[in-house]
Amino acid sequence: MSGGVKLAVRVSHVTAVNALIKRFRFTARSGGPLPAFSGGAHVVVEMDDHGTRRLNPYSLMSDPADTSAYEISVRRDDTGRGGSLYLHNHVTPGMDMIISNPINLFALDVRARKVVMIAGGIGITPFMAQIAQLARQNRPFELHYAARSAALGAYMDRLTAAHPGRVHCYLDDQNQKIDLTRLLATQPIGTHLYVCGPKPMIDWALQTAAQMGWPKGAVHHEEFLAPGTGLPFQVHLAATDKTITVGTAQSLLEAMEAAGVDAPYMCRGGACGQCETTVLSCDGQILHRDHWLTAEDSASGQKIMPCVSRFEGKSLVIDR
Amino acid sequence: MTAFPPAIKSRPVYGQLAPRPGKLHLVVADGEGAEAVANLLTQNPAMRSAAHILYTPGPTGTDLWSQIQALDAAQSFRAPTIPTLLPRLQRVLEGAQMGTQIYLTGTEGLIGQAEREVMALGFPYRDIQKEHRGSTLRRVQCVHCKGITENVATDPFACSHCGLHLFVRDHYSRRLAAFQGVNIDAEEPGNIPPPVVRFA
Repeated sequence: MSGGVKLAVRVSHVTAVNALIKRFRFTARSGGPLPAFSGGAHVVVEMDDHGTRRLNPYSLMSDPADTSAYEISVRRDDTGRGGSLYLHNHVTPGMDMIISNPINLFALDVRARKVVMIAGGIGITPFMAQIAQLARQNRPFELHYAARSAALGAYMDRLTAAHPGRVHCYLDDQNQKIDLTRLLATQPIGTHLYVCGPKPMIDWALQTAAQMGWPKGAVHHEEFLAPGTGLPFQVHLAATDKTITVGTAQSLLEAMEAAGVDAPYMCRGGACGQCETTVLSCDGQILHRDHWLTAEDSASGQKIMPCVSRFEGKSLVIDR
Repeated sequence: MTAFPPAIKSRPVYGQLAPRPGKLHLVVADGEGAEAVANLLTQNPAMRSAAHILYTPGPTGTDLWSQIQALDAAQSFRAPTIPTLLPRLQRVLEGAQMGTQIYLTGTEGLIGQAEREVMALGFPYRDIQKEHRGSTLRRVQCVHCKGITENVATDPFACSHCGLHLFVRDHYSRRLAAFQGVNIDAEEPGNIPPPVVRFA
């Protein structure tokens, strides 16, 4: 079955962190420890939202040394497709849920001499786990964390208290900005940069780092994309010989699953590459929304990432 | 650039040095590598004021130090040998910051050992530029006694430490900056094929 072996968990705590963010704590229903993970890993949380199946990736934020539970923090997105709203409005302590095993697409390079982390908003979550890991190993790190306001800067107090001098917070409503050029100009050779936050922040950090001569292998980023909405479209699945319609608020991957097709996936956010599918014929335009395919692959029109990408046009046939 | 025949995946491959944006261009070269450095800096003269070159003559005696001096780099240093170049490289790296570009050129012994110093600091090895020039003499580790023999020309050769006759493989270790040498007459002691000059 696609997505690998699942974990049967129970929600033990739901904590409101601020006006937009709730933290969920999961323990194994068996009562035993959960599988080990490393800082930066995420799980895919399965939700049965009143008949609609939702599978959303969330970074694990708890200490990787503690396998008695996993914690995620979820920002409520009132205009999203509904996964975060479901978690906020319907998930309560004691509920049984299914999650995937942890998958790490944003792992720390343990060879790094130093780690510089840049977080924006809810992008702080993978860094919570990474910082716990780095602090335990007594490895040098710096966190630069920007949020809209102190009230929305989740865990700023906790982090600042635990790691004074290593955690630097920036508040948009106070006009505080990360001086990225200065930050990137003053790091010892062998430093690795990690960025997680909204897309403009990631683009800004990657671009600035590249211009300043930071090599690709030392710059890491993670951004899960929500599949996004769009016009409905039809797809023919050649391998299973099915023609399906992808609804407005549905992803191509979800539509295939709803039709009983066991398509491969892992992150469901356009990042991991697992769901890459060959396009057999295409009369129209593929709306690539992933950040997995290279620019050439996207332009070739011969590949699609069904977890986030869509199609507009006459006909699309894929090898699934 | 030296052209090598196709080999197993473990064997390093080399490219051609190309300019990349950076506040410091750290260049390490030996022997004929000076010609690759000269190409890079004459084609990109703006790099000179931010270039720091560490140079040593090659294993076959090629000494193009005068070419390096003529390049007018911000800093140039000549070491008599690779072992005396490496401590200087360590010192330069110690003070270097991200935004430094690293260019290695010359023999595999020089490139591999310089790469090891850079990697030790956590800099991704895939982002180190490497261009092979000059001698193909190999640095080989005996898998039996672990001793390293420099400038191996023939296959097989006698380990300079334990004396075993070693077959030179393409199997390469980035950690050791050396190829692997394996005893060739382990199963039939004394049955040693005549040495062939494979590296020059």
